[in-house]
Amino acid sequence: MLWETFLLALREIRRNVMRSSLTALGIIIGVASVIIMVTLGAGATAKVTADIGELGKNLIHIRPGQWHGPGGAHIRGNPLELSDAAAIEHQIPDLIAVAPASNKAIHAIYGNQNWSTSVTGSTNAFLIVRNWEIGMGRKFSESEIKGGKSVCILGSTVKKQLFGGENPIGAMIRLGRISFKVIGVFRPKGQSSFGTDQDDFVFIPLKTLQRRITGKTTVSSIFVSAMDGVSTKKVKKEIELLMRERRHIKQGKEDDFRVMDMQEIVNMMTRTTGVLTALLSAVAAVSLVVGGIGIMNIMLVSVTERTREIGTRLAIGAMERDVLMQFLVEAVVLSSLGGICGILLGLAGASAGARALSVPFVFKPGIVAIAFAFSVAVGIIFGYFPARKAARLDPIEALRHE
Amino acid sequence: MENKKINNFESSRHPLIELANVTRIYGTGDARVSALKGIDLCIENGEFVAIMGASGSGKSTCMNVLGCMDTPTSGSYLFEGIDVGLLSGNQRALLRRYYFGFVFQGFNLLNRTSALENVELPLIYRRIPAGERKARALEALSAVGLDNRWKHTPAELSGGQQQRVALARAMVSKPEVLFADEPTGNLDSVRSLEVMDLLTEFNKINKITIIMVTHDPEMAKYATRQIIFRDGMIQGSK
Repeated sequence: MLWETFLLALREIRRNVMRSSLTALGIIIGVASVIIMVTLGAGATAKVTADIGELGKNLIHIRPGQWHGPGGAHIRGNPLELSDAAAIEHQIPDLIAVAPASNKAIHAIYGNQNWSTSVTGSTNAFLIVRNWEIGMGRKFSESEIKGGKSVCILGSTVKKQLFGGENPIGAMIRLGRISFKVIGVFRPKGQSSFGTDQDDFVFIPLKTLQRRITGKTTVSSIFVSAMDGVSTKKVKKEIELLMRERRHIKQGKEDDFRVMDMQEIVNMMTRTTGVLTALLSAVAAVSLVVGGIGIMNIMLVSVTERTREIGTRLAIGAMERDVLMQFLVEAVVLSSLGGICGILLGLAGASAGARALSVPFVFKPGIVAIAFAFSVAVGIIFGYFPARKAARLDPIEALRHE
Repeated sequence: MENKKINNFESSRHPLIELANVTRIYGTGDARVSALKGIDLCIENGEFVAIMGASGSGKSTCMNVLGCMDTPTSGSYLFEGIDVGLLSGNQRALLRRYYFGFVFQGFNLLNRTSALENVELPLIYRRIPAGERKARALEALSAVGLDNRWKHTPAELSGGQQQRVALARAMVSKPEVLFADEPTGNLDSVRSLEVMDLLTEFNKINKITIIMVTHDPEMAKYATRQIIFRDGMIQGSK
C-alpha cells in the first residue's frame, strides 16, 4: 500500500513538473547551501590542520615574553639563551630535536637581483622540528655549524627571485654586507593558512647569524619536537617548569616566557572556522524552512484542486488515514527529491568552491545524511497540515466541489 | 453455503437496509433545514430501487445517509442488522470499502489516469495484490464493453464511456449495494439506455442491490420499486 502511495505521489509530481520543481527549489537551495558551507568549512579546517602539521610535527614553540592578545598585558621577558635550549634537550625526556633559532629581516643580493626577505639562523635540528626538506644540494655539515661558516640554504621563493631558472648551488650571494655560499634549496611548502609565504627565507647556521649579522648571543625562540605518541601538553608543562626554574620565577608570579604547542593553534583556528561554518549553515537552514513553506503552500493548492478526487476516494472506501498518507507521502517525496537534488548540487558546488579556494574537498557523509533527513522532516512537518486538511474533508461536500 | 445460511438464520432475518424514523437536519437556529423528516424504509437484498423526487425533496440526502456518507440526526439505520449510527467514521469508511459501490452523475473519474487504474482504485483500498487487481479490473471493464479502452484516460473517452468506466469501478469490488446518483443525468438518451441496461444486468446477473436516485421517470422504469420523495418525506412508492 505504501508503495502504491509512493508511485501515486511520483505520478502527481510528474504531472506538474514545472510547479513541482519550482516548489522543490527552496529545498534544493537550502540543502545545497548547507552542504556547501559545511563541506568548505571542513575543507578549511583540514587545510589549517595540514598547514600547521607542515610547520612541524608535535611542535612546541618557546618565546620570551608573555602576551595576552592585542591590547592586553605585555610582559617583556629576558631573551632566551643557547643554554636554555641545551637544558631542555638534556632534561626533558621524549624529545626528537631541539632547535634554537633567531631571525632578522635582510636584503638578499645576487648579481643585479635584490630581494627583501628574512634570514633564519639555527641548526640542522630546525629542519626536523619545522619539517623542512632539502630539494636541491645538501644541509649544513657539523663543522659549518660549529665554525659559523658563511653558507646558506635558500627558501624556494628566494631562489626563484634571485636565480630564476639558474642552478644556485655553489653561487655566492650577499646577505646584507656578508657573502654567503649557497649549498642547498628547500623543497617548497607554499602559502601558510595565515597567508604568509613560508618559502620566503634564507637559512644559515645560528652561530654565523649571531656573530656576523645580529651580534647577539641570545636566540629569539626555541623550537622543540616531541616524539610521536607523547602528549605535547605534558611536554609543554615540563618545559614551563624547567624554564621557571632556570629564570628564578617565584611561585605565584607569571611566566615571562611563552610555551605554545601547535595543538593550541590548531584548536584556535578550527574553532574560528567552526563558528563561521555554523553561522553560515544556520543562515542556509533558514532557506530550508522557507522551502518548507513553499511546499505547504503548493500542497494546499493541490488539495483544493483535487477536492473532487478526494471526495471520490473517500466515497470509494478510503479512510481519513489513507488520504492523509497520500498527501503526506506526496509532500515528503517532493521535499526529499528536492533534498537529493540539493545534495548533488551542493557536492558539485562544494567541489568547485574547494578548487576555487584551494582547500581540500572533504566529503562528509554525516552532513549528507543530516541534510537528507532534514528535507524529509521538512516534508513531514509542512505536508502534515495540508494532508490533514484533505483527510478531514466532508465527502459529500468534496464531491459537490466544482 | 447452505449450511452457513441456516446457521446465520438470526442475521438473515434482517432486511439489507432498514431506516426507522430517520431525520436529517442541517444548520441551527433560523437556518435550520429539515432535509429528511422521519423516513421509514426497508430495502431487501437483490432489489433495484429508484428514488425519485423533485430537487430539494430530500432524495439525495437520503441516498447519502444510505451510502454512509452522512449520518442521520435522529432515527436508526440498520445495515444487515448493524446500527450504522454506532459506527465511527473509519468504520463507515470500511463499510463503503467492502460493501458499497458508487456511481455519480459527474462520473468522478480521476483525471489523467487510465480507465484501468480508475477501475483498480477500490481494489487498491481493499489491499488486493497488483496481479489480481489488474485481472479483476480488466474483467470489470470487459463487462461494460470497454476492455479495449483500458489505456484511455477520461479525457479520451466520451461521456457514455466515462460513465461505463465508473460503473466498472463501482462493481469491480463485487459490492452488496451499488448507489447510483443520477447516473444518466449527464448523458443523452442512447447512452442513458446503455447505462440502465448495465445496471439492470448487474442487478439480475451479479445479484447486486441497486439504489438509484433519478428524476427521470423513464429511467425509474428499470427499477423493481420506485420510491417518491416530497418535502423530506416518502410520498409513495410503486
